[in-house]
Amino acid sequence: MRNFEYARPETEAEAVELLGEHDGNTAVLAGGTDLLNLMKAELVAPQRVVDIKHVDSLHSVTADDDGVQIGSLVTLDEMQSEPLLAGYQSLQDVIRGVRSIQIRQMGTIGGDLCHMPNCWYFRNGNGLLGLEDGKSVVAGGDNRYHAILGNRGPAKFVSASRFAPAMMAWGAKVRVIGPKPHHEQWIDLDSFYRTPKTDRQGVTLLKPGQLLTHIRLPSASRLLSASYEVLELEGLDWPLAAASAMLNVVDGVVRNARVVMGHVAPTPWESREAAAAIIGRPVTEATAESAGEAAIAAATPLSENRYKVRVARTAVKRAILAAAESARPENRREV
Amino acid sequence: MRDREERTRSGPPEGSPTTSGFNRRDFLKGSGAAAAATALVTATETVTAQDVKSNVRSAEPQKVTLNVNGEDHTLEIEPRVTLLDALRNDLSLTGCKDVDERDAAGADTVIIDGKAVLAGSRLAIECEGQKIRTVESLVADGNIDPVVASFVKHDAQQCGFCTPGFVMAMRAFVDKNPKASDEEIREGLGGNICRCGTYDGIMKCALELTGGA
Repeated sequence: MRNFEYARPETEAEAVELLGEHDGNTAVLAGGTDLLNLMKAELVAPQRVVDIKHVDSLHSVTADDDGVQIGSLVTLDEMQSEPLLAGYQSLQDVIRGVRSIQIRQMGTIGGDLCHMPNCWYFRNGNGLLGLEDGKSVVAGGDNRYHAILGNRGPAKFVSASRFAPAMMAWGAKVRVIGPKPHHEQWIDLDSFYRTPKTDRQGVTLLKPGQLLTHIRLPSASRLLSASYEVLELEGLDWPLAAASAMLNVVDGVVRNARVVMGHVAPTPWESREAAAAIIGRPVTEATAESAGEAAIAAATPLSENRYKVRVARTAVKRAILAAAESARPENRREV
Repeated sequence: MRDREERTRSGPPEGSPTTSGFNRRDFLKGSGAAAAATALVTATETVTAQDVKSNVRSAEPQKVTLNVNGEDHTLEIEPRVTLLDALRNDLSLTGCKDVDERDAAGADTVIIDGKAVLAGSRLAIECEGQKIRTVESLVADGNIDPVVASFVKHDAQQCGFCTPGFVMAMRAFVDKNPKASDEEIREGLGGNICRCGTYDGIMKCALELTGGA
């Protein structure tokens, strides 16, 4: 690990100021589960690490008539036991899939949303695009865990965030502050992620000196949701593919729906096709299946990951079925 | 069950390193302490170079006070030193294991302010002002923590490399979920890997501690 300055701000304004120095060659340290690995592998070498854990305003979950607001430093463990988040079944499903008390108690929601890809070419120093001598080593390499959608450009990795699909299905907005003092904006999570076209671009819109501080979700009342992650291992693992569904079911018929897949594309991948396939119909095995088919109809698998198409289809189907099932009180803990 | 208890090991066999008066661990502890003392002497010269800006600590070695197992220790370490390295190299607390750089096996688990933390993914300097517990605290003053006793009873270790981290993860897990179900145990303790495959014994410990068996 390269050496760095360590800064410990206590206010948002101070954090922005500290992050903006050194020409923005600074890093935000929250739970550390991603950043420390990136620094140990020298994939990032910031001149200053800004430990935001002492900024009180980032730790709370609050609610008003419109919904809930979650501080970016709230840990997965805190989200699991937070009564204000109990109705967001799809978030709770994801927490239960993070099968490690360490990651649940260290990991923060802001850190998850900004998690760098786990693509092994990236982690081994080939950059986000997995280049060697300017050419992609992913397309003809071991791409079994790579993208099956949105992969026609140079980026083939999959977005690593586990909570972004559920958050996007809920229509989340995120608050970003900086780089100028007192500069704040609320961004739809849909437009927060981007697929890099060059090695210098990142996976989110965040620029140096900016900080994600809060996430807002609309009220959960009377909406149904669930996430379904397909995990390869029994222990701590990253999903092969995942899906999150949010349904508004009235009189047994889906009036509105959002379906977002995870780990299938360089960004969380909303499938309007899947939503369209289920809207206006009751949730049954057959309609959920057709939504799954619609979600992967445009998939363009790489040489080694054709299997992921079926996995993603099944994840969509099961997320929709689980969301509908969650209406029944005795099933609230079942997926 | 009674048979099983009689067959479980209550202590190391005679003549093993821990009963022979001299063992590898004490030797390593001694040399570790010597290394730490050297670091203390050489590092004092660099303190004057500290960044004076409030809330910013320079990349030079810094005075960092860690509260470990109830005692304060002041070290001279660079901000990049992980808690894992500080515990092992500066404080000679080698229960916390350094298994892999990507920090995926859980063998470096400690408890900080009641939460399970991977010491290899935390900077030592981050932990100032917090209470750090290592596995060594679970057998202090002749008292054996029930988690450790349960690991012995159920023979839940083989090579032992993952054991301290597993014990600490289970301590944190049981504190958080005193009545966890079988499924919740599997969900919560998936972050520790045992290459020997002692999961069966570990599951029995967890079930015993949470009242499930």
